[in-house]
Amino acid sequence: MLLIRCPWCGDRDEVEFRYGGQADVDYPADPERLDDTAWGNYLFVRANPLGTLTERWVHTAGCRRWFSVVRDTATNEMSPDIPSRRESR
Amino acid sequence: MTSSPNPHRLNASVRSGRIDRARAIDCTVDGRRVRGHPGDTLASALLACGITEVGPSIHRGRARGVFTADCTEPNALVQRLDGCPEPMLPATELEIYEGLEVRTLSGVGWLSGQRDTAGYDKKFVRSDVVVVGAGPAGLAASLVAARGGARVMLIDQHRELGGTLPDGQAHVSGHPATEWVGRAARELAENENVRILTRSVALGCYDHNYLLVAERRAEHLPVWRSSGPRQRLWHVRAGQVVLATGAHERPLVFADNDRPGVMLASAVRSYVNRYAVLPGREGVVFTTSDSAYATALDLLSCGARVPAIVDTRAEPPARLVEQVRAAGAQVYPGSVVTAATGEPGVTGVRIAGLDGNGSLTGTPVEVGCDLLAVSGGWNPAVQLFAQSGGTVRWDPVVAGFVPDSPGGRSARVVGAARGTYDLAGCLAQGFAAGAEAATVAGFRVAPPAVPQVDGDRPVGRPRPVWAVPDESRPRRECTEHFVDLQRDATVADVHAATETGMRSVQHVKRYTTVSTGVEQGKSSGVNTIGVLAETLAASSPGEVGTTTFRPPYTPVPLALFAGRTRGPLYDPVRTTPMHTRHEQAGAVFEDVGQWKRARYYPKNGEDMETAVLRECAAARTGVALQDVSTLGRIEVVGSDAPVFLDRVYTNKFSNLPVGKARYGVMCGADGMVLDDGVSLRLAEDRYLMSTTTGGAAKVLDWLEEWLQTEWPKLDVYCTSVTEQWAAVAVVGPDSRTVVGRLAPELDVSAEGFGFMRFAETVLRNGVPARVARVSFSGELAFEVNVARWYGQALWDAAMEAGRDLGITPYGTETMHVLRAEKGFVIVGQDTDGTVTPLDLGMNWAVSRSKDFIGKRSLSRPEMLRADRKHLVGLLPVDGHSLLPEGAHLVDQRAPRRPPVPMLGHVTSSYRSAALGRTFALGLVSGGRERVGEVLRAPVGGTDIEVEVTTPVFYDEEGVRRDGAAQG
Ligand SMILES: [Zn+2]
Repeated sequence: MLLIRCPWCGDRDEVEFRYGGQADVDYPADPERLDDTAWGNYLFVRANPLGTLTERWVHTAGCRRWFSVVRDTATNEMSPDIPSRRESR
Repeated sequence: MTSSPNPHRLNASVRSGRIDRARAIDCTVDGRRVRGHPGDTLASALLACGITEVGPSIHRGRARGVFTADCTEPNALVQRLDGCPEPMLPATELEIYEGLEVRTLSGVGWLSGQRDTAGYDKKFVRSDVVVVGAGPAGLAASLVAARGGARVMLIDQHRELGGTLPDGQAHVSGHPATEWVGRAARELAENENVRILTRSVALGCYDHNYLLVAERRAEHLPVWRSSGPRQRLWHVRAGQVVLATGAHERPLVFADNDRPGVMLASAVRSYVNRYAVLPGREGVVFTTSDSAYATALDLLSCGARVPAIVDTRAEPPARLVEQVRAAGAQVYPGSVVTAATGEPGVTGVRIAGLDGNGSLTGTPVEVGCDLLAVSGGWNPAVQLFAQSGGTVRWDPVVAGFVPDSPGGRSARVVGAARGTYDLAGCLAQGFAAGAEAATVAGFRVAPPAVPQVDGDRPVGRPRPVWAVPDESRPRRECTEHFVDLQRDATVADVHAATETGMRSVQHVKRYTTVSTGVEQGKSSGVNTIGVLAETLAASSPGEVGTTTFRPPYTPVPLALFAGRTRGPLYDPVRTTPMHTRHEQAGAVFEDVGQWKRARYYPKNGEDMETAVLRECAAARTGVALQDVSTLGRIEVVGSDAPVFLDRVYTNKFSNLPVGKARYGVMCGADGMVLDDGVSLRLAEDRYLMSTTTGGAAKVLDWLEEWLQTEWPKLDVYCTSVTEQWAAVAVVGPDSRTVVGRLAPELDVSAEGFGFMRFAETVLRNGVPARVARVSFSGELAFEVNVARWYGQALWDAAMEAGRDLGITPYGTETMHVLRAEKGFVIVGQDTDGTVTPLDLGMNWAVSRSKDFIGKRSLSRPEMLRADRKHLVGLLPVDGHSLLPEGAHLVDQRAPRRPPVPMLGHVTSSYRSAALGRTFALGLVSGGRERVGEVLRAPVGGTDIEVEVTTPVFYDEEGVRRDGAAQG
């Protein structure tokens, strides 16, 4: 049972959350302009690193807000996804 | 002289033991009376009575005896018969109580058919420092952390604190170590920040310092004396974790090493010192390290003879050798026990020399004994550490797998659990780890000085021997050299596994079933790894590595995990305000998500089929009433609500006029149908969306996800209002009359109240209502919505208004039939996450003029394939066969040798009152092109012929939804 830090509610048990997969997979601005491969990549292709992954969670049984964190997939070490770093991505 | 019930109990002047001799306890083992004292385990009581032998082994039926004094016991497993029968309990851990009744097992127990009425509950707690294991290291860590002010939780498997100290004769500051334990226990008990859980097993240690602890609260009490829960499951979130889990002694592998009378050397000490029981009067000790010398000394000090101490090492520490010689024992250095002799119990051993290459030397000598104490070395109990993500490495100095450098937030491991076997070292590590853990948790404290101790201090390096060579047979024939007593697995079995080509310890484990018993490798694991390393000529056991350590640490009843979450408390039950009316009407309910929905209302002993035919007929020819309060309802509000709904629905909602309703379909980004329902436009900036009963929460999550993560600038708010409304569907040709009576102020005429319109009104009983003309049956129908608390009043008023017309309550089963007759799908029944709106033939609901979630997916090549499965109607050719839902459909000409090509399957299947026959819906490859074809549904050995049709069976022109013509 992971201990997840909701940016609004603080440290809460994993059962209060739902996982949202890799962060920053943006809905394409104009899906019709993407070819089948590009759309397929948006739909189905996700990173699966051994190491750090920026991922989304939603505090379903709490404030119901989405946020992203950086998690080491090998150790489950989690740290906040810093907004300033987001801008540079 | 009458014979004592406890002939092997030591006189109190020799060993007092941690038992209460003033009181006797009688229990029954295999029908025999066994007498013990409070403080005894079942195993110690058996041994005190002179009973060594327990149930025979699982596969080979070989005689077996009590082998350990702890949770690694492979032989003495019993089935408890009193109270709620429970299988596979180690007698070595089972505290006796008056009336305990057990049967010894041959490796297999049984589950009781009886309902377990005992209570099991759960607690969820936080703690600054959790210490697992209350031996010297764990006690030391707890003391320091508590002195620093941290909230400390100390968890130990046993009745008493102290770990193995009560098994031995160590001294702290010049006094028996048990006195130090007593002082520590008092100090901890008096500190309100400390919680001590005895008889509690840390089952698992998980990410982010989460532990599960099983506390036995009443198992050591007779049923009539226990109150409160029998066991409690603690969910613990710890700031810091200190693992002082100790070590388990390894058996030794030699010919006939499974005879009753062969026992771990540490277990012999435990029986002698803790339980004041002498397990044998002539004890041979066979060891690979220093620790078993203390066993010899203990036996000698109790008046037993020790005819031989057999040590694998050529040069055991001189101090130890002198000590045991002075006490009367003979040491055989550089030697091994090649075989235990005697049948069934041990009556002697054969001893031979072992040279530097591990080969036998000299002529074996025979020595008589009735007890063989073995010590193959020690395995640090790294299970919890490894579970929590720690890695282990082979340490050749301690000859065991020890925790590798812990990284990050991993637990601190102290004492024997990391291969530290001397008391001073354990205390020092415990103090240091306790201070460190408390300090990191925010309670600064320094470790105290380690007191003067006088205990067993290993000095010599161990010489492990994984399998003693047989005197005559090669390894592959060593079928009596047992590596796993519980599984009856031998050196020959491990050898056979490698001869089939297996190299990985994981594979060998599964092939031989070694370590798959109750002890889960605590006793058998490392010996198997050692034997495997030798067989594969690996440089060390470390090269072979361990199998994966998984929770639970010891077996635990599933009832504990269920706790109170069973029966009516298994899952929350949601009922509508009209629920009691359905009960009074004799409804049969079904679960839809957490909702209890009326499925049908049998009258006069009707079965479901008859009741549903009657209810359907009422809806099609008269008037019928359904409680539809469970439908999910979400208010979507804000200036961008029209834009938002255009994006989430496949069809357009921005152009829906206020006061009107529209059916909508939602897809995932992959284009697959997610949910459907009717939305009303209440105002320019306000919609009331309805969802399927089961999909409400999922849809709200879905909407919020898109609003928050993709379109945060949209001015839209979503609120679940499911619980704010109660509603009934009034269905049938007579529904206009009924609703007209129910809502006298409302113009319900066909001209005044068109299809897919809604209006606000006040019912005859004064209740404000919103009435909508929507239909899920194809009939003329009205949905009447009121505030939740008027739900029952609404039901009563509708029943009253339709009484003379024979208004008939109907349930979900009838609703399903009615909608299927019209070819209306139920998301989740006729769809399964692989079905697009186009597959359902809903092109009319898919907008071409706007984007929506999933639209791009509908033009992917996969979606355009001609052989995609389409929704079709299916009519059994004989007119009366009822297709089972889920039945596969195959071509008439398809060969019946597997693999038979499947064309699709049945998704909904019913009997229809209106059609006078059975019918079904299904998904069929290229189905729309197959209309008119006859397929076969192989069902139970025969084929049902079905004709493929369009999915609308009833009133294809759709004239009935507006009811009978006026006038
Ligand atoms: Zn939150």
